[in-house]
Amino acid sequence: MKQKRRERIDRGIKVRSDDIFALTSYREFLYVSVPPVAPIILLLALPLILPLYWQKVLITTAVFAILALSWDFLVTVGMVSLGQALFFGVGAYLAGYFDLRFGLPIWTTIPLATLVGGLISAILLLPVLRLRGVYFSMVTLVLPLMFERTIEATGWLGGTEGLTGLKSFSNIWVECYLIVIVLLLVFFGFRRLVTTDYGLVLKAINNNDRAVMSGGINIYWMKAQALFITGSIGAFCGAFMTHVYMFVGMPVFALDYSILPLASAVVGGMGSFAGSLLGAFILVPLSEALRGIGGLRTVIYAISLVVFIVAIPEGIFHYVQRKYQQFERWATVDN
Amino acid sequence: MSETTGVKRGELLLKVRGLSKNFGGVRAVIGVDFDLHQGELLGLIGPNGSGKTTLANLITGFIKPSEGRVEYRGKNITGLMPYRIARLGIARTFQMAKPFADLPAFKNIVIPLFSPRVRGLSGGRYGDRDSVAKDLLEDVGFERDSSVTFKAAGSLPHGYLKRLELAKCLALRADLIILDELFSGLSIAELASIVPIIEKMMMEGKTIIMIEHRLRELFRIADRVIVLNFGQIIADGKPSEVMESDEVKHAYLGTED
Repeated sequence: MKQKRRERIDRGIKVRSDDIFALTSYREFLYVSVPPVAPIILLLALPLILPLYWQKVLITTAVFAILALSWDFLVTVGMVSLGQALFFGVGAYLAGYFDLRFGLPIWTTIPLATLVGGLISAILLLPVLRLRGVYFSMVTLVLPLMFERTIEATGWLGGTEGLTGLKSFSNIWVECYLIVIVLLLVFFGFRRLVTTDYGLVLKAINNNDRAVMSGGINIYWMKAQALFITGSIGAFCGAFMTHVYMFVGMPVFALDYSILPLASAVVGGMGSFAGSLLGAFILVPLSEALRGIGGLRTVIYAISLVVFIVAIPEGIFHYVQRKYQQFERWATVDN
Repeated sequence: MSETTGVKRGELLLKVRGLSKNFGGVRAVIGVDFDLHQGELLGLIGPNGSGKTTLANLITGFIKPSEGRVEYRGKNITGLMPYRIARLGIARTFQMAKPFADLPAFKNIVIPLFSPRVRGLSGGRYGDRDSVAKDLLEDVGFERDSSVTFKAAGSLPHGYLKRLELAKCLALRADLIILDELFSGLSIAELASIVPIIEKMMMEGKTIIMIEHRLRELFRIADRVIVLNFGQIIADGKPSEVMESDEVKHAYLGTED
């Protein structure tokens, strides 16, 4: 019986630029160089062309993109976190505390909060490193909520009022470019890290942790390091936003900071970092744009999320990448 | 028992005394004693569920013993974490060869090469791990520069997966290697090509414990065999002697009463 099916074939230029670079025209040069370079130029140019309101949206988007990248990184090590808010919130409160208590300048509070926040996050999760899969996720989900309730109940760190009157950045350009540059650094840093031998071991832990252990590698120490990396990146985002808002309060531990990065990575496509970046730059501005609609905003937002996930389960990035690198055609096959 | 039998070639490497493990009410391993000397190839055989893999897991630290003691080169390693035991030079393969499926075959070998043991042995400088990994794969029979080396490990045929496991043990530069059912599922031709690799490891002075069901192939290379049944050692000696024992015949074949 003859049957028709779609077959996917790599484009010629894809094949020729895979191992050896055999570019034969200017057009092919663009084909290879535009995908990595365009996002950099776009991100650096965006603050210049956007109006003030959308500059603020860009800042939020970049923060969520960084959180999504760090979430994606943890997943490559096999830890599915439902609590990026923990990292974010710890960093946010640390920056606020360092500012108010010791009167440190911004350029000290942020790096300090980044490092200390990463340490605290890693130490908090040390006891659960042996947990795998959903058990680890549950703990990460609960920890930020625990912080939130503790601060509410004890009035510690300003209680429900939060910490106010914190220092701000000198102007919006500093805010925009700081976060965009950090975003690019984190993005390319992670892309690079996972291809090193160190990153390889992290990936292998996700794949088969028993085999990694029998290779003489302390997987708990490696996982703790991965948590520190993710934790400090999340803490940086928190510390940064504290100084953008000149305020830190309980909402930094809100579920948004855990779920939105996760949604970005899933919608954009996991495992490539580019997907997380793309996902955040679709979801966050979309949510902003829907603000005009009013009451039904959340419903429409949720529906669009479902549509994305059902229509393109592999993630937008992987879909686009496939279309870019391959063409499809109908083929007749004997069955 | 083990003091009188077995071919002694070198120093005492592994000393197991009174090793027991209970899983709830099930006594998987009961009071196992044996010694292993440098350069020996010990076959560990027994019917299904007799505790062979549990014993391997107890020695390599993947399971903590209920009772008893394991010494490696005179050092007590009972209950140490698996990675610590691996760092001392005990490598193992797993019954189900599960490679790092997404990684290319040679990158699988980079993982043990990354371990502190290997970095320590090579004075901190290991050079290019990728090329060392490819050399090791060639040692276990991956054709040099063939595409197999670069294929995702998850897509490799069974025979190559077994070799990959062997290469991981070699990469760790282990002195004691525990092979859990290495021969299972291999064709005669594949066996014929994998046995020389083991013989070469023996010539390099490695000590090997092989858990096997394929006795004919095992007996050709083993110096000594331990037979487990219901978690206890029922025979320990040269392959030919062991199979003459009535108890072993009974365990394997059952007897007519």
